[in-house]
Amino acid sequence: MKLTLKIWRQTDANDAGGMHTYDVDDVSADMSFLEMLDVLNEQLNAKGEEPIAFDSDCREGICGMCGLMINGEAHGPVTTTTCQLHMRSFTDGETITIEPWRSDAFPVLKDLVVDRGAFDRIIQQGGFISVNTGSAPEAHAVPVPRDDAMRAFNVATCIGCGACVAACPNGSASLFMGAKITHLGELPQGQPERDSRVVNMVAQHDHEGFGGCTNIGECTAACPKEIPLDVISQLNKDLRTAMKHGH
Amino acid sequence: MAIQNSGKTLVKGARATQSTIFLKILMAASGVVFIGFTLLHMYGNLKAFGGHDKFNEYAHHLRILGEPMLPHEGALWIIRAVLLLSLVVHVYAAAKLWRRAKNARTVKYEVKKHTGAIFASRLMRWGGVTLLLFIIWHLLNFTIGKVNVDGGPTNDPYNLLVDTFDTWWLTLIYLAAMAMLGAHLHHGIWSATQTLGLTGSERTRVLAKRSAFTLAVVIAGGFSLVPLAVLTGIIEK
Amino acid sequence: MTDMPDTTLTSDPSHDAPLPVDTDDAADYYTPGAPIADTKAPQGSIDQRWQTRKFEARLVNPANRRKLDVIIVGTGLAGASAAATMGEAGYNVKSFCYQDSPRRAHSIAAQGGINAAKNYKEDGDSVHRLFYDTVKGGDYRSRESNVYRLAEVSTNIIDQCVAQGVPFAREYGGLLDNRSFGGVQVSRTFYARGQTGQQLLIGAYQALERQVAAGTVATFTRHEMLEVIVVDGKARGIIARDMVTGEIETHLADVVVLASGGYGNVFYLSTNAMGCNVTAAWRAHRKGAYMANPCYTQIHPTCIPVSGSHQSKLTLMSESLRNDGRIWVPKKKADCGKDPREIPEEDRDYYLERIYPSFGNLVPRDIASRAAKNVCDEGRGVGPEVDGVRRGVYLDFRDAIARLGKDGVEEKYDNLLDMYERITGENPYEVPMRIYPAVHYVMGGLWVDYDLQSSIPGLFVTGEANFSDHGANRLGASALMQGLADGYFVLPHTIRDYLADGPFEKVDEAHPAVVEARTSVTDRIEHFLTVNGTRSVDSYHRELGHIMWEYCGMERTEDGLKKAIDLIRTLKDDFNRNLKVLGTADSLNQSLEKAGRVADFIELGELMCIDALNRRESCGGHFRAESQTEDGEALRHDDQYAYVAAWEFAGDGEKPVLHKEDLVYTAIEMKQRSYK
Ligand SMILES: Cc1cc2nc3c(=O)[nH]c(=O)nc-3n(C[C@H](O)[C@H](O)[C@H](O)COP(=O)(O)OP(=O)(O)OC[C@H]3O[C@@H](n4cnc5c(N)ncnc54)[C@H](O)[C@@H]3O)c2cc1C
Ligand code: HEM
Ligand code: HEM
Ligand code: SF4
Ligand code: F3S
Ligand code: FES
Repeated sequence: MKLTLKIWRQTDANDAGGMHTYDVDDVSADMSFLEMLDVLNEQLNAKGEEPIAFDSDCREGICGMCGLMINGEAHGPVTTTTCQLHMRSFTDGETITIEPWRSDAFPVLKDLVVDRGAFDRIIQQGGFISVNTGSAPEAHAVPVPRDDAMRAFNVATCIGCGACVAACPNGSASLFMGAKITHLGELPQGQPERDSRVVNMVAQHDHEGFGGCTNIGECTAACPKEIPLDVISQLNKDLRTAMKHGH
Repeated sequence: MAIQNSGKTLVKGARATQSTIFLKILMAASGVVFIGFTLLHMYGNLKAFGGHDKFNEYAHHLRILGEPMLPHEGALWIIRAVLLLSLVVHVYAAAKLWRRAKNARTVKYEVKKHTGAIFASRLMRWGGVTLLLFIIWHLLNFTIGKVNVDGGPTNDPYNLLVDTFDTWWLTLIYLAAMAMLGAHLHHGIWSATQTLGLTGSERTRVLAKRSAFTLAVVIAGGFSLVPLAVLTGIIEK
Repeated sequence: MTDMPDTTLTSDPSHDAPLPVDTDDAADYYTPGAPIADTKAPQGSIDQRWQTRKFEARLVNPANRRKLDVIIVGTGLAGASAAATMGEAGYNVKSFCYQDSPRRAHSIAAQGGINAAKNYKEDGDSVHRLFYDTVKGGDYRSRESNVYRLAEVSTNIIDQCVAQGVPFAREYGGLLDNRSFGGVQVSRTFYARGQTGQQLLIGAYQALERQVAAGTVATFTRHEMLEVIVVDGKARGIIARDMVTGEIETHLADVVVLASGGYGNVFYLSTNAMGCNVTAAWRAHRKGAYMANPCYTQIHPTCIPVSGSHQSKLTLMSESLRNDGRIWVPKKKADCGKDPREIPEEDRDYYLERIYPSFGNLVPRDIASRAAKNVCDEGRGVGPEVDGVRRGVYLDFRDAIARLGKDGVEEKYDNLLDMYERITGENPYEVPMRIYPAVHYVMGGLWVDYDLQSSIPGLFVTGEANFSDHGANRLGASALMQGLADGYFVLPHTIRDYLADGPFEKVDEAHPAVVEARTSVTDRIEHFLTVNGTRSVDSYHRELGHIMWEYCGMERTEDGLKKAIDLIRTLKDDFNRNLKVLGTADSLNQSLEKAGRVADFIELGELMCIDALNRRESCGGHFRAESQTEDGEALRHDDQYAYVAAWEFAGDGEKPVLHKEDLVYTAIEMKQRSYK
């Protein structure tokens, strides 16, 4: 099939950037979206135009490196990552608009590449369980009810892609943060630091310039791992509890 | 050397009360006050179907509520104080969150779809402003200014009410405001439960969303009955 | 621990001298070097060696640790766990990765699970059995002391991960669940649905970020290491490029650790992430670190087949699918194009169950892969024809669905089957999945001793980047185990013995060795940007991959390998004259990044072929057509090849030097592997 692509191009963080239009043909339905961009890049390279920069690594939906705003939807029209989106979701002759994640906490570095370091800094503020190597008790010392373990797992599948932020009209990272709070809060091992974890992570979240959540729900619709809104409720509850405990 | 801490260092000595979530909790708390108030107010308004005396009796009762423990209009003033405080808090928090959200995305998308959001959720802010304007007008209309556009008497609540809604464009304003209120509550009530952390599972979430919708319809619908009834002549002087 | 006989079986020592030319296919391609040996593993009973080594390794005073700078390249399981642990111990750690966050290292993609000898199932597992299975699985081409240690610390890994909050699958009673995994008969694999690598890596990543907050670790994301700095024979730092600004940075340290992962992408199409590369390891190799057994590649049997020429990578379907799915092809060639649901039972050939009745669909990866290749070569493959051949076999869940119900299958494999459907557009609950082998893992890597130190003092190598534990074939769920064992429990102990002599004399940035390293990096970048040819980097990479897959893939022959070497040399020449890289050096430039990686892959590819040519035996993932049994199984030659081939770089255009390390087994008897 043939497509018209409108793509955001920006030479570096300081450049104003703008939309550019490209045509690609020879796109097959079996291609992934990123392979389609690879094809375009080969064409650009041949023409002497610098290829479009975009992030990807695993290309199997797990590393969280890829992420594009496709026709106004984070990761495109299917509930999956950009790398797992296939061209069979589009029709011949279609015009596709491709933009980077837009969030002031995720500055654009070039074209479609953004800096998501803010997520790492949020994790640094308590998204962990403090246990030094070697000091762990025998794994079976603390049984974890299966349902709790399942819930912890379900939300621990967050890949840190940032689609929630990109989709949220407030630019909030609450879903990402809630997923981590719920993952660790659901397990007995996560209890000792539960209060300080939520207070510090939220503080860093705010400091990074993410917006506050007003429970709109676009984040969860965009999340490739289908992290549910429960985690934001949990996040709010944990913060309230921490407040009660004097944090 | 670009260490990943690009100018953003880690926050030290964080306090829960300085967070956006705390602002949200304030909004939810004040929102809950509003929900309670509108529910009661709506119920009170329905007394208009009982006719002139029933309604005025209710209006009078409001003023002597709590007597003799409280002075005349004491309870009413307490309610007014709580409402006013809630409004200040609510608007303050809304304004702060609004600003944050604006700053969180200064470059807009060329194309943005709103998948997964109900329309009401995106109306909250401007909808809230509309509601604020409405309230100001409403108070001028019924409480502070007691404006009677028909030029009739203003000291009889029932008559004031009927005179007001006999005017088609006033009814229209009210009905529009009630639509906005319905939308605000539809998202707001669900949002408050989520903010207060009551929706930690899919079941409770679905329940909260349904209740929010129902409550919003009941409140906005209930309010709308009186103006509609006046306009259609069901309620008359 | 006496379930395995303690027999010593040393191989023929005569191979220390170069073999007679008529048996050494690679004689023209290399220079024989002096034999080497691991001198760090203590002697004595195998189950005491690690304890002894830990005790003998000198300690570093806590007050001194702050003054010791440690560079760790890589934030996968091996790198992140090491950085976190070293940070906790109080060293001053710098951690590098090329992704935008340490959490994205390729370990994240591992699906199936992680082994540990916990014996929670009471099914006869033990440290010794895990050791035995791993050595046997590796076709007796790994170093036994390393493998034993791996099995020994495996149990600590699980404890550590659980304490970190890794949400492993649990049973109703709240205790950890296990499953059995390709090639073994006990259930020792811990898993978190089909995302075990992700959960383990997030655990290590969080531990790492905790140390960042504590100030002991500094992370350098979007940084690519392009050179090792070797001063007076010791590794003293790296040259890295800030991939955003293009700045070439010098980072000096007392010790350097490479945990940079595997190089499966030399085949272009593999299950590895797009960015996986050999650059860190190859640059070290060029600086004197030996590259061991580079030809040992693991081809994973259950991947989604190639669909067309645009393909950028292959996707693995976890091997755990083989626990319930049955593999078959039509008996008749005529049926190959048919709808599989219309092929009756009697016309289906469940070839693994037929050939290997006792292991059936669960034979080790190398065996399953080659069997798939054979049936496709016979013309009985299924799926679309690519270049005139159907390359695919069915992995059928029909019987499993009948047995467990659709829900049962869904609960076990949900995300995998979904992924399959998303990629292929076919519903695996209705139509059997199609799979085909793909390059997945490399057992080869930088040579290290028992301490995980390479042949450059002060340069340590962990995880998939080293060669140490898997011999010629890795068992499923053992790479995660190795990465975490190395990072959490081995390296932090062994490295202290080296650091006990530090802090070493400060190196000046103006030191000739530093300047040389920097200039070589800038010159190379300058070169790539100024060739101004006509071909893109990707086109070279694809061509290289094609050569490697064709001649150095699942089956290797003398003629093929020689041909491949010629082709690679021609390709290299063309690459140097006809490459086209646009953009600048001082900005984010993905073509430039790839150019460096592909240049290194080309050099590596040649060495892999030479290594494969030298090893005229079949073992594990390395199958030489010249060395097979009558019924086509791999045939080892322990008398000639029971050695690690450690290659030394001799200079551009020079023949590499081959150093052999004898493999001596004291705790296990070498046998021909049989899974029949
Ligand atoms: C699809 C798939 C599934 C797998 N499933 C399993 C399984 O179920 N069980 C199992 O045991 N094993 C499995 N494996 C194998 C296992 O995942 C890997 O072998 C293991 O995770 C490698 O870990 P590592 O830490 O050595 O390297 P990686 O995780 O690959 O990390 C490499 C790190 O090095 C960095 N790096 C590389 N080069 C440079 C450079 N030049 N400069 C700076 N940084 C650099 C990268 O940024 C990255 O952080 C699987 C592998 C694949 C591909
Ligand atoms: C200037 C006036 C107002 C503004 C700007 C405003 C704005 C908002 C906003 C932005 C929210 C947050 C929505 C969310 O969290 O998703 C909200 C919530 C809410 N508002 Fe208002 N509002 C205003 C007035 C009112 C009035 C007059 C009422 C009642 C009649 C009201 C009732 C509520 C309720 C119940 C909530 C839910 C609380 C919550 O979200 O946590 N608001 N409002
Ligand atoms: C159709 C809808 C409504 C009608 C018919 C109505 C009617 C009235 C009347 C008759 C009064 C005067 C009562 C008295 O003085 O005794 C009143 C007061 C008031 N109404 Fe409404 N109202 C409506 C909707 C609302 C809404 C939506 C709000 C707020 C969100 C609101 C807030 C108030 C307030 C704050 C007062 C003043 C109470 C006081 O302080 O005395 N009203 N309303
Ligand atoms: S919560 Fe979902 S959308 Fe957000 S970062 Fe995690 S996986 Fe991505
Ligand atoms: S879309 Fe945004 S407002 Fe909250 S519920 Fe999701 S973070
Ligand atoms: S590239 Fe890894 S999730 Fe898309």
